[in-house]
Amino acid sequence: MISRKDFCKPRFLHKTPSISVEMLTEKIQERFPTLEHLPEGGEYPQFIVPAESLREVALALRDEPDFAFDYLFCLTGVDWPEEGRLEVIYHLESTTHNHQIVLRARTADREENAKLPTVSDIWPTANAHEREAYDLLGIVFEGHPDLRRLLLTDDWVGHPLRKDYEDPVNMIEL
Amino acid sequence: MNEKALPLEESEAAQQPTGLQTQEYFVNMGPQHPSTHGVLRLVLTINGETIVNIEPHIGYIHRSIEKMCERDSYRQIVHLTDRMDYLSCHMNNEAVCLAVEKALGIEVPERAKVVRTILSELTRLASHQLWWGVMGMDLGAITTFLYGFRDREMINDIFEETCGARLTMNYIAPGGLMYDIHPNFQKRTKAFVEHFKKKLPEYDRLLSDNVIFRKRTEGIGILSKEDAIAFGVTGPSGRASGFSCDVRKKQPYSAYDRVDFKEILMDAGDCFARYKARILEMWESLSIIEQLIDNIPEGDFVADTRKVIKLPKGEFYQRVETARGEFGVHIISDGKKSPYRLKFRSPGFSNLFVLNHIARGAKIADLVAIMSTLDLVMPDIDR
Repeated sequence: MISRKDFCKPRFLHKTPSISVEMLTEKIQERFPTLEHLPEGGEYPQFIVPAESLREVALALRDEPDFAFDYLFCLTGVDWPEEGRLEVIYHLESTTHNHQIVLRARTADREENAKLPTVSDIWPTANAHEREAYDLLGIVFEGHPDLRRLLLTDDWVGHPLRKDYEDPVNMIEL
Repeated sequence: MNEKALPLEESEAAQQPTGLQTQEYFVNMGPQHPSTHGVLRLVLTINGETIVNIEPHIGYIHRSIEKMCERDSYRQIVHLTDRMDYLSCHMNNEAVCLAVEKALGIEVPERAKVVRTILSELTRLASHQLWWGVMGMDLGAITTFLYGFRDREMINDIFEETCGARLTMNYIAPGGLMYDIHPNFQKRTKAFVEHFKKKLPEYDRLLSDNVIFRKRTEGIGILSKEDAIAFGVTGPSGRASGFSCDVRKKQPYSAYDRVDFKEILMDAGDCFARYKARILEMWESLSIIEQLIDNIPEGDFVADTRKVIKLPKGEFYQRVETARGEFGVHIISDGKKSPYRLKFRSPGFSNLFVLNHIARGAKIADLVAIMSTLDLVMPDIDR
């Protein structure tokens, strides 16, 4: 029989972040001066990371005990045709400090240079998410161990979540 | 005699009179396999019966929901989320509604908050009941399926009466609820709680102490806490490894900040720990429902919202805890009536891709146990 008493650890209060959002923002800006802070980014502090220093920043954010962002809970790819680039948004959480930040990395353009370095070795969960972003938006993650289409068939032409994608069958009209 | 122990393959080959070498080969598990609960194809590289590598192929029921969301209005998006994780539809609806409410700054009436929480917990119970039945069936115990579905039927009847549907409810709307609860809702929910409190120990007696079941789950598919965090395995599967990932505790929403419940955490991280976590979570869900069902406040069930919802420019993220783990909605709005980009972070997606990590080295029969305790729902993964 599974007894309720044995396996439930004592109830603790609702978790709160160990430091406030403002302090965390300040701390990150101090540690990484190359990051550009977006003040109107929503509930989590947002930073733009230059693509070339993405891996360096990601590794530091994961490994330094002050930040300890060990949990990547969301990876979103976005297409910005007016600005002529694609963007990847990383939502990170620290399971020790219980605080969250958002990193945004941008590609140089939407065609040949739609490339970003992979973070799939830093957070293994990114492996599948990056494959999905490659499949649906055509972002090439350099250094990814297995970059193939994930949801669509291998012979699919184009990347459906791009804004200028035209469906040959016209199943979805936007 | 050569005293140095030979590796297994070499010694086996040496024993064969013809000197035949064994080699690894591929087996397709799925897309039509009863234990995948949907259309999932696993390409297994196996050596004898030991799994060397697993490669999941998904997308068989990809419906491009994220692309459809870029066309639809916010009220229409809510009903698409039912079709993702159809066993956690209230929670999925709630996630989109909470994101929209957060963006617009709508204060949801207390009545709606409490009803939402009760419905979420009922959904979690129904989902875990189905999982329990189906998991037993995967491991060769047909009886559990009948028991699980018998009790799930009572929840479905409650949903049918209040929401008008049994599976894809679409009952939670931006601002509150679609319409008020049925007069019988409280009575029937209380009757169900009383009924299920007697039946849950029966679940235990049927399966938990079964020797065959224990042997097939204990020590199988061990996932460490560090790996659970790194692979983003959430929900009961993550908590069975000790990863404290309950969004209801981390960032409470609706009425979760005023109820008393425990976050079930375990250390073992094997199939049996995942099983225990879900059984114990059912007790917690029952306790949450009991605390709230007599305290549904009177008043409005929906706040005033415009017919056509336009979100301000910006980004909004909302996390909720579904029966499978953390579900996230990321809305990027450009001020129009439909989102510029909408991303669903589905729990099953991350939970599936840990499979290769934990099932490598196991036997094919163990893979069935691992998959059923991860509790995968394919429409949730394919979206």
